[in-house]
Formats: sequence, C-alpha cells, structure tokens
Amino acid sequence: MLEWGDDIFTAVKEAGVGQVAYVPDAGHKRLINACIADNDIKAVSLTTEEEGVAVTAGAWLGGEKCVMLMQSSGVGNCINMLSLIETCRFPFAAFVTMRGQWHEFNPWQMPMGTTTKQALETAGCLVDEVEDPADVGAKAAATLHKAFVGQQSAVLLLSQRLVPVKTFGK
Amino acid sequence: MSDRAESFPLHRREVARTLLGARDDTLIVTGLGSTNWDFTAAGDCARIFPLWGAMGGAVPTGLGLALAQPTKRVLVATGDGEMLMGIGSLATVAVQAPKNLTICVFDNERYGETGMQATHTASVADLSLTAQGLGIRNAAVITDDAELKADLDNIVNGEGPVFRVIKVRAEPLEFVLPSKDGVHLKNRFRAELLGPGAV
Repeated sequence: MLEWGDDIFTAVKEAGVGQVAYVPDAGHKRLINACIADNDIKAVSLTTEEEGVAVTAGAWLGGEKCVMLMQSSGVGNCINMLSLIETCRFPFAAFVTMRGQWHEFNPWQMPMGTTTKQALETAGCLVDEVEDPADVGAKAAATLHKAFVGQQSAVLLLSQRLVPVKTFGK
Repeated sequence: MSDRAESFPLHRREVARTLLGARDDTLIVTGLGSTNWDFTAAGDCARIFPLWGAMGGAVPTGLGLALAQPTKRVLVATGDGEMLMGIGSLATVAVQAPKNLTICVFDNERYGETGMQATHTASVADLSLTAQGLGIRNAAVITDDAELKADLDNIVNGEGPVFRVIKVRAEPLEFVLPSKDGVHLKNRFRAELLGPGAV
C-alpha cells in the first residue's frame, strides 16, 4: 500500500517543486520519505500545519514552489493562516490524507474528518477528492497545475480507503 | 502587569531604522502589527513584506523565503505577541538551520493593536531562552543602544539562524501604514527580487 505516494512524488518533481512542508503522517510516509531523500527538495518538518501555509507563502515570495502534506485533522489548524493565501492570492497546493471516513477506529478523528472539505472550501480552497489509487497521479498533477499554473489554492483529499486501517492493535 | 517596559531605553522606530539601514539588500518580513508600522515609517519599500494578518506566520514566512533564496539575507521583524502565537516555528527554523535568516522580536511586553495588554513576556516568559531551548543557539537579548550597535553586524550579517529579542519601550506611536493590498504587496516584492516577469 501507499505506492500512490510515488505517483504524487513524480507529479511534484515534474512540477518543479523546491520545498515540501509536512507534518509526519502514516498515510504520507512513503511520499515524505521520498521527499526527504531527494537532493533537490527541501523537506520542512513542521510543529503545526499552519506553519506550512506560511512557509508556502514565503517560498513563493522567493520564487520557489512549495507543497504541503498533512492529515485531515491538521486542516483545522490552518484556517486563519489560509487568509494569507486568499488575501494575497498566493498559489497553494496541499495533499491531505483523510481520517474519519473509512473504518475509522478513533472517534476523535470524526469531527475534523467529516468536515475537511467544507472547512477548506470556506477558507477559499478548491477541493478535489480521490479514492482510486489509479487516479492519484493524474489528480495530483492536476492539483499542482491548478495551483502553480492556474495560481489557485488547490487541495486534493486522499480517501481513507487509500491508507491502511489503523486499529491500535484492537 | 509590570510597567517596566514603559522605561525601556530603546525606541522601536529607531531600531527599525537601524536594521533597515544596515544593509540595502535584506529581504524583510514584518509581523502583525506594530513592526509593520515601524518598518513602513523607517522606509516603505518593495523588499519589505508586511503581514496584516496571519498572526504567528511571520517566522515561517521568513523561513520559506530564506530556504528559497539561500544567497540573500532574510530578516523577520515581529512583535512578542505575534512570536508567541507561532512559537513552535522557532523549532522548525532550528531544524532547517538557514544560515541567511535573522529573527528580531521587538519585545514591548504588550499586545499593541488591542490596547497594550500584557503579553506573557511582561511577567515570566523569556523568548531568548525559549529560542535556545528550541535549538537556535545564536539567541540573545538586546536592551539598549550600545548593545544594539555592538551586535549589529552579527545581527544583519552573522551566520544564522540568528535570534534577537530587542526590548523596546511600550509607547504610544502614530500609525504609519503600508498598503493593505496583499496582492500588491506580494507582486511588488516578487518584482523587486525576481524581476518584472515574476508578476
């Protein structure tokens, strides 16, 4: 599982992304490790997701493309910082692994997981979703195009069906 | 609330003038809100990106910029309240360790935009110790003009990440406002740094 991470990585490389800001995440593990291992990508580990929104804006000020990787729970942390993206019309691209959708073990993931799309749209982002691993590469490329060519705020939600079911051993 | 900040000797507008004047090529991110007015008063220009919102975002914005432009000097100037809201970003900076990044916190121990209420630095919080604890070793406090002058070369040219808490007087000052148009601020900055084709 998680081989679709390679397809996102390919799209990220083809888009000429120079920075990837992320919060460690089981679903994104394969992709994050590929970014860390890449000599031309600066992988920025964050203490909270909202930092990554600002890092993205700063990178663009400096002429570099930055992509964000996070989990649906982190979207809630980003809401006010996304005003920076909307007000200044910074390009923004994020790949969000979903919780609270499919065989969710942890009820604490439900409030944010079930409202991620609405929260992002309220904050001015264009949101697309993908559930079939075969579609991830094309949708990732389209998200990056929407952000960096179309100069929009674009987020791709990766269905919880794409990541291993978490059970905490129960 | 401690009133000590009302007698701190350094005046924030003069500190901003000193930092802006120290190099003519520094890329500057200023945080919500008084540091925006300080640097606008010191000399509004395209290489300053003032944040009118996004509280807590000044340091990570400066980090993204510093990583994108490793051969240029980047200065983040922000207030103590804004810094406290994004305090974890100092650990993120420490891990990346950009040699070209300086962070100056203008610490008047107050939330200036909301009525000069005490921030946590007015009583117990020490931002320099915090920065050191989060991994930024080159961190110190500046309390007067002699210390600022003696340290200025290190602040603006020294190997980063550099972190300075500059204790500035809590004082009422006239608002000197930059443009509020975020798209304009972004475009003027990119055109200055990257050329007219970047807009």
